[in-house]
Amino acid sequence: MLGSEEVIVVKDLFKSFKLPHEQSTGIKQNVVNFLRRKKGYENQEVLRDVSFSINKGEFFGIVGRNGSGKSTLLKLLAGIYNPNKGSISINGSLTPFIELGVGFNPELTGRENVYLNGALLGFSRTEMNDMYDSIVEFAELERFMDQKLRNYSSGMQVRLAFSIAIKAESDILILDEVLAVGDAEFQQKCSDYFEKQKAKGQTIVLVTHDMASVQKYCTRAIMIEDGSIIASGNPETVAFEYTKANQIKIENNLSAQQAQTPPDLHDIKTYTTDTTGKRLSSFDVGDSVLLHMEWKNEAICNAGAALIKQSGEGMFATNTLIENVSITGKSCDYRLSLDVAPGKYFFKIRLFGKTENDNVTLIEEGPSILIRASKNNKVDGLVSLDHKWLKIK
Amino acid sequence: MKLSNIFSRRNRILLRELVITDFKLRYQGSALGYIWSLLKPLMLFAILYVVFVIFLKIGSDVPHYPVYLLLGIVLWGFFVEATNQGMQAIVSRGDLIRKINFPKYIIIISGTISALINLFLNFIVIFIFILINGVSLRPEMLLFPLNILELYIFVLAIAFFLGAAYVKYRDVAYIWEVVLQGAFYAVPIIYPISMVLVHSKLAAQLLLLNPVAQVVQDARYNLVTDQTITASKLIGNPFIFAIPYIIVAVSIIIAGLYFKRNSKYFAEKV
Repeated sequence: MLGSEEVIVVKDLFKSFKLPHEQSTGIKQNVVNFLRRKKGYENQEVLRDVSFSINKGEFFGIVGRNGSGKSTLLKLLAGIYNPNKGSISINGSLTPFIELGVGFNPELTGRENVYLNGALLGFSRTEMNDMYDSIVEFAELERFMDQKLRNYSSGMQVRLAFSIAIKAESDILILDEVLAVGDAEFQQKCSDYFEKQKAKGQTIVLVTHDMASVQKYCTRAIMIEDGSIIASGNPETVAFEYTKANQIKIENNLSAQQAQTPPDLHDIKTYTTDTTGKRLSSFDVGDSVLLHMEWKNEAICNAGAALIKQSGEGMFATNTLIENVSITGKSCDYRLSLDVAPGKYFFKIRLFGKTENDNVTLIEEGPSILIRASKNNKVDGLVSLDHKWLKIK
Repeated sequence: MKLSNIFSRRNRILLRELVITDFKLRYQGSALGYIWSLLKPLMLFAILYVVFVIFLKIGSDVPHYPVYLLLGIVLWGFFVEATNQGMQAIVSRGDLIRKINFPKYIIIISGTISALINLFLNFIVIFIFILINGVSLRPEMLLFPLNILELYIFVLAIAFFLGAAYVKYRDVAYIWEVVLQGAFYAVPIIYPISMVLVHSKLAAQLLLLNPVAQVVQDARYNLVTDQTITASKLIGNPFIFAIPYIIVAVSIIIAGLYFKRNSKYFAEKV
């Protein structure tokens, strides 16, 4: 089944999930459904007829937007899910990093968690003893190892988890957007590690929605949309398809936004400040405004804002999903240079969950601001574009 | 589930770490820590002793009744704890199951092993009682580990079955609670079986066909007094007193198969 160079062969793979209509983990619900001759669930096809193969030493990318089925594919490769139909053949040992720090327990100390996490990767106590010092050193957490994990910052936890994870010496590595966590310095460390593994000729499968990292690392990629492969080949081709598909989606969304009904807004707080954080609602042309947004709904992890003129013209809009930035926590700030004509404006704000249509909260008319005409910037028109007169004395 | 794989190197490492973690976390934040493992059965013993032995005068016909009673309580406590932990094991480790692929039975085994460790701690107390009470040391005592083995296999069978069923139906927890409550009275723990025997020999025989009751009585026979009424004594026919062993054997096979069939989908359902 496997060619000499092929380490992973996926053939005609199908996967579907039964999504319960309501909370049906009880016997009562099953009986009720049975009596009503009703299925208590809906069959959702997540992957449809997916086939591909990965050769030894390839850095293989699997891209797709949220909900496209890429994470399900990853879990199938890792053996966590079983396929409904089709087959997956894997030649060699495989370590999946679905998440860093699997099994980390906040009540245990850093040291204890290292051993536990190591065991999940298949390392015995003695092996861990030998690696322990280098793990701690790499994570730069020497002083904290005897403290409970719950006293660690999230960055520290990720550093510790990553330092253990890279000790796993398997033939195939599977990574699920682990690159997206941590600060710049940590990301550099990750990046260095991947480059090193790539140079060593290890087979790596990267699952991500970040097209930039696919182009940066991968030698070949596939793109998944609605459970099927819609593009495959070199990263540039796939990247082009990806961007194209995203743009259509954004246009569709703008029209969908108009149709939203106003939600209950008690749980959301928005206001504008100047760059120092002082609440302010009038600015000069060219100033920067900070739009602060705060919410209570845990599911919200993306935000979008549009600057709209009182008369209705939309000046500029963007959101975190399009720009691939992630929000941590339940608030965010958005800085915008007000290079627009003087006048009254307001922000239209859209908060939403993992996908554009998940947990949407739309604030049609958010904080409004006044932009004053300044003496040295008297422009006419909607925006103040960067400009310069040439060939003048 | 190839038998040779059950304790492969990787699985052994994992099992060991899971057990250690369970054990460390068990008495987190309590001042007395592990001592509670010993205090809990001792306190229950004190209550039952006062109520049943001092006030109700039960068990005066059984030699070394305090040890006899304590042994019953400890074994029953193990049965309750291990089956409950086994039942919740898969669901409470859902986080792990959704993120890495490893044999799921390891979780069930680790859940029951931490109860087993507790049982061994309790044996320390029992042996102290045996010495204080002047129970004579007999060669039958060496058979005691076999009783524990039988009980443990039965516990595993129940844990495999309940653990898998609990993923699908959370009702299982409530049902099992009631079953345990009933079984506590169906197993001769606080009363000697002779009390039932006086009224009906058949009832006593039926009670002893329950593997838990059979193990408790056999353990008491081996460890405390040869006057204990065991299943084999009460039921002359070897084909009939083999029933508890057959129940244990059949249930571990059925539960194992049920667990294996369902474990493929734990990651999706848990």
